[in-house]
Amino acid sequence: MKALLVAESRQGELLAASYEPLAFAQKLGAQSAMFLVGSRQSLPQFDGPLYFADAGAAGDYQPDLHKALLQQAIAKEQPDLVVFCHSSYGWDLAPRLAAALAAPQISEVIDIVEGGYLVPACNAKLRRTVAAKGPVTIVTLQAGAFSLSAPPAGSPQLEELSVAGADSGIRLTGYEAAEKGGVDLGKAEVIVSAGRGIGKPENLALIEALAKALHGEYGASRPVVDAGWADHSRQVGSTGQTVAPKLYVACGISGAIQHLAGMKKSDYIVAINTDKEAPIGEVADVLVVADLKQFVPALTAKLAK
Amino acid sequence: MKILVCIKQVPDLESRFKLNAAGTWYSEQDLAWRMNEYDEYAVEQAVQLKEASGGELVVLSLGPERVREALKKALAMGADRGVHLQDDASFAKDPSQIAAAIAAYAKDEQFDVVFTGLQSQDRGSAQVGVLLAAALGLNAVTTIVDFSLAGSVATVKRELEGGVKAVVEVTLPALFTCQLGLNTPRYPTLPNIMKAKKKEIAALPVSVPEGRTTTLKTAYPEKKGGGLVLEGEVGALADQLLALLKEKTAVLR
Ligand SMILES: Cc1cc2nc3c(=O)[nH]c(=O)nc-3n(C[C@H](O)[C@H](O)[C@H](O)COP(=O)(O)OP(=O)(O)OC[C@H]3O[C@@H](n4cnc5c(N)ncnc54)[C@H](O)[C@@H]3O)c2cc1C
Repeated sequence: MKALLVAESRQGELLAASYEPLAFAQKLGAQSAMFLVGSRQSLPQFDGPLYFADAGAAGDYQPDLHKALLQQAIAKEQPDLVVFCHSSYGWDLAPRLAAALAAPQISEVIDIVEGGYLVPACNAKLRRTVAAKGPVTIVTLQAGAFSLSAPPAGSPQLEELSVAGADSGIRLTGYEAAEKGGVDLGKAEVIVSAGRGIGKPENLALIEALAKALHGEYGASRPVVDAGWADHSRQVGSTGQTVAPKLYVACGISGAIQHLAGMKKSDYIVAINTDKEAPIGEVADVLVVADLKQFVPALTAKLAK
Repeated sequence: MKILVCIKQVPDLESRFKLNAAGTWYSEQDLAWRMNEYDEYAVEQAVQLKEASGGELVVLSLGPERVREALKKALAMGADRGVHLQDDASFAKDPSQIAAAIAAYAKDEQFDVVFTGLQSQDRGSAQVGVLLAAALGLNAVTTIVDFSLAGSVATVKRELEGGVKAVVEVTLPALFTCQLGLNTPRYPTLPNIMKAKKKEIAALPVSVPEGRTTTLKTAYPEKKGGGLVLEGEVGALADQLLALLKEKTAVLR
């Protein structure tokens, strides 16, 4: 089994997630080569061939050009598998490659199982085992599902790719940094977070009151922020803050992977949810099966005593 | 301007899922269905674009008879006409097949803009939009959280990790996959629901190529266990939780 592992860089920096495909390949026992459009100053630590293009010439991300570069690497390497992170880079680029090669793609792989790959469905309430047929199979890996058992080591042998030719119809013109300001949830010892289960913005007051009674801050899941009920600085998750308080109370939050990514390292996790099957139960130390509109005020009142 | 929005109907994710007889997917019985959340943003963006630029807005869904309900909602939000690609076994199709079926319909329609959701809430492959764009020979931009158009050049923001956004320009025709938070999807008003009843929904059969992946089985995740589950009357639950917090954490001062 031969695998081509797609590393990622942004603005000249190798992203740490680049090692997740390597961990996947190790678990699979595959012989590996890597692929990177990035900077010579920030290469992965890896013993093996690295198909490399300079982002200075290839652009940080010009989809059609990166796809053409990958095809060059695939033509030379002839892998059985091409492995991406399921990231904004991977989920954008992988299906472009799948289309170009008429190859199967399996997204958001969380494990290798007999006969195929395991992927979550329905907000992780179910799991599918998926198999692919094709000369080459493309997979994207769920963030954090695979990690190296030892720190990365080695130095790659560079195989330079030619960036001449392919033009991209999609032009990256710049970046917009994350909004600054608002609260710093990273400092809070207690965070009580509101999810879509609060139902309406007025109920945020219940969450705030509990946070206050616990001498903490309130946070929110993405739908609460998207709806404009809470400031973006309060969003916990992969596109919000990563937090690790002593106590995290998730109120009306289902536990989507992107939310868990931001809070699962909390010391003690309490979830309040009407749905006993909610995936948040997988990371919670305590799942209180209750309507937050009744339970949260009851708890706040008892704390005040 | 001719706009297409592709939508999927998905079950309410707060449902209790049961497996189908073959053990390959969930059973469709006793589920409440709704429009895929990401697609609601796609419909809203398409309606806003039509309101600003004029033209025709077509909404399409592939699936069994029930998906017409999702199409009706999109019509009530402002789409002009619906296309139902009839497929009772859509759950067994892989993303390449779904994209091929939609492309077979769309290839002669000359759409200037296509919107899809970033992913579906039940399958989450995040492939169909990009595969469809490739089949139609369109530029594709994924994960957009902002959209504006000047002449034939769209400027959009792609959401990356950690709150960073990439600003991207693309010339139409193009396809965009929509991320949560792109806009505020409108609720259909009663008059618009009434108007939507008169709008056409064409029903078309589909035939698709062979798939590239197969679902061997679907199962419940193994319960990691360990976590305590508390159920009962609210007052008693609050007492139980307080006792636990006192015992297990140092946060109660
Ligand atoms: C690329 C990407 C990045 C993302 N980044 C983030 C991120 O940073 N942060 C984030 O949170 N999400 C993020 N998401 C979205 C994520 O996938 C989920 O959509 C989101 O986390 C769901 O939020 P929720 O749990 O509040 O809502 P839902 O999933 O709708 O869950 C609501 C929950 O409330 C429960 N509930 C309902 N009523 C009550 C009640 N009265 N009392 C108690 N419980 C009740 C329900 O049982 C359910 O479990 C991202 C998604 C993508 C694709």
